[in-house]
Amino acid sequence: MSELTSTTALRATMDAYYRSLADAALRKTAPVAWCTSVGPAELLRALGFAVHFPENHAAIMGAARTANRYLPLAHAQGYSQDICSYLTSDIGAYLAGESPLEAYGLERAPAPDVLVFNTNQCRDVRDWFEWYGRELGVPVLGLHSPRAIDDVTESDIDAVTMQLEALVAPLEQVAGTRLDDARLRAAMRASRDTAGLWGACLETASARPAPLTFFDGSVHMGPAVVLRGSDDAPAYYRTLLAELEQRVENRVGAVPAETLRLYWDGMPVWGRLRALSTMFAEFRTAVVASTYCNSWAFSGLDPAEPWRSVARALLELFIARSEAPKERYIARMVEFYDVDGVIFHDCRTCSNNSNTRYGMPGRITERLGIPTLVLDGDVNDLRCFSDEQARTNIEGFVEQLTDARAATSARGSR
Amino acid sequence: MNYYAGVDSGSWTTKAAVIDGEGHVLGTAVTRSGADLTAAAERAYEMVLANSGRTRADIEAVWSTGFGRNTIPFADGSRTELDCHGRGVAHYIKGPLVVVDIGGQDAKVIRLDAAGHRLSHRMNRKCAAGTGSFLDEIALRLGIDIGDLNALGRGATENLELSSFCTVFAGTELLTLIRSGKRPADLAMAAYRSLVKRIVAMDVLEGRIAPTGGVVAYHPIMVELIGAACRGEVVVPPHPQEIGAFGAALAALAACETQDIADTSDTAELVQP
Repeated sequence: MSELTSTTALRATMDAYYRSLADAALRKTAPVAWCTSVGPAELLRALGFAVHFPENHAAIMGAARTANRYLPLAHAQGYSQDICSYLTSDIGAYLAGESPLEAYGLERAPAPDVLVFNTNQCRDVRDWFEWYGRELGVPVLGLHSPRAIDDVTESDIDAVTMQLEALVAPLEQVAGTRLDDARLRAAMRASRDTAGLWGACLETASARPAPLTFFDGSVHMGPAVVLRGSDDAPAYYRTLLAELEQRVENRVGAVPAETLRLYWDGMPVWGRLRALSTMFAEFRTAVVASTYCNSWAFSGLDPAEPWRSVARALLELFIARSEAPKERYIARMVEFYDVDGVIFHDCRTCSNNSNTRYGMPGRITERLGIPTLVLDGDVNDLRCFSDEQARTNIEGFVEQLTDARAATSARGSR
Repeated sequence: MNYYAGVDSGSWTTKAAVIDGEGHVLGTAVTRSGADLTAAAERAYEMVLANSGRTRADIEAVWSTGFGRNTIPFADGSRTELDCHGRGVAHYIKGPLVVVDIGGQDAKVIRLDAAGHRLSHRMNRKCAAGTGSFLDEIALRLGIDIGDLNALGRGATENLELSSFCTVFAGTELLTLIRSGKRPADLAMAAYRSLVKRIVAMDVLEGRIAPTGGVVAYHPIMVELIGAACRGEVVVPPHPQEIGAFGAALAALAACETQDIADTSDTAELVQP
């Protein structure tokens, strides 16, 4: 597996983001807002906030395999082992007085002036931010989005639009400035471009061989998450897209001798990202696409209609939808990326990102005639992941798909 | 005549089998895995060679399977236990069928189509409930040898329930029931029923069902309970504990046959490796 050369630009982009965040927190160069990963980031950027994303903070701890150090501290506070391990590792790290951003001079996550959540993904983000609100005496604001939506209706959009507009006055008060329409439209343009470019990067994986995998995407999606509303993100994705298109043209695959192609639904297992990436490559299997990485390829962001288009984009997200549109979405992905099978990660502490608990894998197999595999694990709590069991599960699935292809090929050659 | 061997390196026991070129079993062996899986595999292989009257030089290929399949230096290839259990059972029983393998530390449900090809599999979650370890814990709490649990369960007269999902908590629940005067035979049967409840919750068990694994080999009462809990015909294949090793030997045979075709065919590119 050869690493994308854009990784150097990625590191520089993320490094600059964390430095600016540290500057805001330590040298008060800007007010600091915390935002959930699919919250109203454009509004916060337009108001001049430096925006910190606790989910990103927690994912770094997961990837660095330090999360399990912090989880018990939050559990001891009465925050269950069965709730979001992003939440419990982040609060645990705060209680330990540590942060993975220590290299930037931050002993803890950057001190917030306001906390802004969106319940479109889950209730845990609200509970998470309210813990900090109580601990730090900081205002907690939020969007109370509807969930399990079938088709997004005008009344759904009205409800979220009104809530977005209602956030402006209290946020202006914290920021000490008025919202400038031109800045909001500029942030919207940057977000629209980021989403479009990130989506285009992911779509290059429809090529055979795929130039990137879900595991690459989980790393390279960083700017799409933390730099929404900033021009730094589209600048990075132009670089990445050019490299991926070059790979497609030269038929360079992320997985050498790609044989099988899979779709991944659910969260990454951050602490095993590299191990899983290596394992799939060993099996000449490319995990070419995922629900997770695509969640930041928002559609329909429109600078001319900032409020309603953001509301619509945040409501149309996969995670906010009911089973029927989710299944239609996966069906489109299976067809577009031409995959041989679907892996569903049953994330122990994230029911909202685990589409395994109401029979979906079985329905997908029945509807699309495509094999599915349920993999038990967790986003951050590695006690919920068994390396040996995962290996047998994945290797067994690869054997099954390979044998099925051989049988089809043998029938065809007769 | 060529001969082939399979070694199934399980978490609790290591099994081995030797077959001839037509898939007939010449001998099998079972030994405790212990902490050194490589040594256990060597031991099992020596045992099965002795049991089948063969030497290493007689064996065309050895394939490994099971939890420790990648720790066996003398193996020529490996397949997962999902493949080998399915392959072994399908050799004896016509599909479509559902293989229910209950091992020492995990349980699997494997669906095969009419031709014996795997359609899907499910494994128990990362937990010992629903596996042989659960029965070991129960035997320990009852103060009897695990080998006597089946006979004890046969004497049950009262329909007791163990309600806990957790193996450790089930052991504690058992102690409470003992203190309340319940009979060991009824408690043994309650443990078997509890195990079967976990198994039938893993997947829809209907049609032709083939239980395998050490638990089935040593606890025939489980076969009866699975039959009573499912809508289907329960058929136990020969040597259910060594069926994975047998499947690995069949995989070795299949690989050698494929290689022979690849070596001789003009259209070798049509053959999948």
